[in-house]
Amino acid sequence: MTIETLPALLLDRAQADGRRIAMREKEYGIWQSYTWAECLGRVQALALGFARLGAGRGDRLVIVGDNRPELYWSLLAAQALGTVPVPVYQDATAAELRYAIAHAGARIVIAEDQEQVDKILEVRGELPEVEHIVYKDPKGLRHYAEPGLRRLDAVEAAGREDDGRRPAPGDGGAAAFRRLIEGVGPDDIGLISYTSGTTGASKGVMLSHRALLATGRSFLQVVPVGPTDQMLAYLPMAWVGDTFFSVVVALLSGAAVNCPESAETVRGDFREIGPNVVFAPPRVWENLLAQCQVRIDDADWLKRSVTRGLVGAAMRSARAALQGGAPAAADRVRCAVGEPLVFAALRDQLGLRRIRVAITGGAPIAPEVLEFFRGIGVNLTQLYGMTECSTPATVQPDGQVKPDTVGPPIPGVRLRIDERGEVLIDSPGLFSGYFRDPAATAEVLRDGWLRTGDAGLVDRDGHLVILDRANDVSHLEDGTVFAPQYVENKLKFSPYIKEAVAVGHARPYVAAMLNIDPDVVGNWAQRRQVVYSGYTDLAQNPRVGELIAGEVRRVNALLAPALRVRRFVVLHKELDPDDAEITRTRKVRRRFVAEKYAPIIDALYNPRASDIEVRATVRYEGGREAQVARSLPIRTLDADSAAAAQAAGADA
Amino acid sequence: MLNGDRGPRLRAEDVLVRFGGVTALAGVSADVRAGEILALIGPNGAGKTTLINTVSGVYRPAAGRIVLEGRDITGRAPDEIARRGIARTFQNVSLFGGMTVLENILVGRHIHMRAGVLASGIYWGWGEREELRHREAVERIIDFLEISHIRKAPAGTLPYGLRKRVDLGRALAAEPAVLLLDEPMTGMNREEKEDMVRFILDISDEWSPAIVLIEHDMGVVMDISHRVVVLDHGRKIAEGTPDTIRTNADVLRAYLGEAPGAALPTGAR
Repeated sequence: MTIETLPALLLDRAQADGRRIAMREKEYGIWQSYTWAECLGRVQALALGFARLGAGRGDRLVIVGDNRPELYWSLLAAQALGTVPVPVYQDATAAELRYAIAHAGARIVIAEDQEQVDKILEVRGELPEVEHIVYKDPKGLRHYAEPGLRRLDAVEAAGREDDGRRPAPGDGGAAAFRRLIEGVGPDDIGLISYTSGTTGASKGVMLSHRALLATGRSFLQVVPVGPTDQMLAYLPMAWVGDTFFSVVVALLSGAAVNCPESAETVRGDFREIGPNVVFAPPRVWENLLAQCQVRIDDADWLKRSVTRGLVGAAMRSARAALQGGAPAAADRVRCAVGEPLVFAALRDQLGLRRIRVAITGGAPIAPEVLEFFRGIGVNLTQLYGMTECSTPATVQPDGQVKPDTVGPPIPGVRLRIDERGEVLIDSPGLFSGYFRDPAATAEVLRDGWLRTGDAGLVDRDGHLVILDRANDVSHLEDGTVFAPQYVENKLKFSPYIKEAVAVGHARPYVAAMLNIDPDVVGNWAQRRQVVYSGYTDLAQNPRVGELIAGEVRRVNALLAPALRVRRFVVLHKELDPDDAEITRTRKVRRRFVAEKYAPIIDALYNPRASDIEVRATVRYEGGREAQVARSLPIRTLDADSAAAAQAAGADA
Repeated sequence: MLNGDRGPRLRAEDVLVRFGGVTALAGVSADVRAGEILALIGPNGAGKTTLINTVSGVYRPAAGRIVLEGRDITGRAPDEIARRGIARTFQNVSLFGGMTVLENILVGRHIHMRAGVLASGIYWGWGEREELRHREAVERIIDFLEISHIRKAPAGTLPYGLRKRVDLGRALAAEPAVLLLDEPMTGMNREEKEDMVRFILDISDEWSPAIVLIEHDMGVVMDISHRVVVLDHGRKIAEGTPDTIRTNADVLRAYLGEAPGAALPTGAR
């Protein structure tokens, strides 16, 4: 009989693999480990503790914090009671947190530490339903006297005490847990995940145990993950991708989940664990690539030129392989030399030495990033999916990686392209609806098909090709089809450009608003003795402007002439989720940005404007607001300068 | 908030310090209890650091007594005073630049180390156990001060704000009964100051040492201290809660000259 719920799967793991390591967390500088049997014990005690606080079937329990074993156990403990866990982004503002808690109607909130507790207390007046705020880390909270505030370890201890008092015939703890989860069925909701929502208020996606497990099982048919594999849990718990890998895939495969010490130590922890299975959105891969490029730039001329030459050859070979051809003989030789000389060291430095499965998903990735990692021997593949279908819908299997597709559907998933060109999905992993929002549910779920909102097509090999958000695909004034994301991804491949917003709907040409990458550009400025005081100053530095112009020219050379970026501006501030400009998963909220920056966009299309005055309200951490006045120079690029760009690119 | 009524943990009685003909402290008395944060304020040259230096044994008072937990420690050597439970941070951070953050904090554990040259040299057995115990204590402090990401970084390469935090960690490693903080927030930006304030409050929460804080940022002083002692020209001119100090005429005169109706800033509560 197949196991149909996540807590039942945990019980099964603990009985079959009890002594194997299930989780590790780096604490006090040492990796502390927990076996599956220990995890079961903790989950059981927490479940009984939550029951004591009044958590029952169908209730919701909000979890907010970094990736901590205790929070994953809390998630499973809630599920064991039939209570629905609702993970929320740990960097959410108090107002966002209030929205999620109020919308979910949660009576219990599990918060990691003082930072999260403070945010909840700030808005508690508007949350009459919240009875218990349970925190994991007591630091700084000792003298808080608010009612309903309690420690997670105390809740767990109370649960363990209750457990001890129960008559437990049979095999003790396991039997008790089995009885506890008896009432939980496969069609019960196992998770409510609030979507990042590029288009408006976030919606609570309800996923049943059946949907999560069916999706997990079909994914594992395509991508084998086993009990000896190591994963790193470092993406926000609130992102469904983390739940899918750190909970569903881990429970189904028996792979160990490793929690880093803190957000600042992820890079070092990554390298210490050397995970075999890594799932990361493109920005993480882009970030790793940018780090590499910074280091290569910093090396002496010999190392720099050798590394650049070999990496270039590797990327050309990877490109040829991706397009189904064979790499040039000279590049094959360079790759053979590069493997022991450069690539192995690069992989080791990045913590990718033992990597077997590397997957990117959540947003489109620039082909150059794909080529770089595949070139240096990391088998990076693409996944496409969304919260509403329990994460993956398509995955590129080994040996079928193509740069412009996101792979064929995983078993059980059917794809259809409707008359508007929108991708529709039918799968056992479909969600059970948006929580308390039947109207929104009806909008995306029609006749059993999920409307993804993405425009795409299926190619000859049955691979899905995503063009852009269906609503974002637009036309220039002359009718040229324009997919802003496509242009933006090309721009973001430059290590100096962190974010890009391309505009051009019903306009004569494409224009862009850019964010520089403060680390990489800062490093660049430092090496050239360019003095700057902060982000805004650095972004508006004329020499940085020249640098970025060179990068844009280089990108333009790769674009069809009609789609080349004619004018651009480097924004005075970074797009920030706190200002609602991008989502917590770093997707641009296009419509909002277009409205907010309307004067800048107008100036980009005003041939007489050479700069634009902005008065921006900047909100500091801590809530203070200040007005900043800046004049942003608008740079115009010659549309026919592709050839010159190549030359400019060579010495940049 | 205060731990019991067992009298002050640290007391200075009529402390007199002279440098040649200059009287740096002209008979100053003050005390601080466990769990209390006592702020020491006053214009430059008022004698704040001199008082802290005298307490920690750097200067020997010409008259008066320093009493720690009922015992007279006047005139003892700095290392002995440290062993008895007084730890401090320095105005100009004093760390070993070439050593890692971890090693620097481990230095702060020195007063608790018992293994001698022989036991440490053989290492296995006693030396090893002791090292593990101290490493654990250091790791707790690293976790507490949120500096795990720079655990292995050489202290000399760190930015100023972080070095101050490591300096605090080194002092904390001694598990002091009395913690003397000499301008822990100078040269910090707003965000770094907020962090430091939070750490000081958390330390008070977690371990309840008696804390003596020298600080120029009046907002911080008024916000977090329980009591304030004001020095001017080597004399104590006022003592009391932040609220009474803010409107005290002598204090205002010392800081602002004659200015009737003025008041020091309130803490931003």
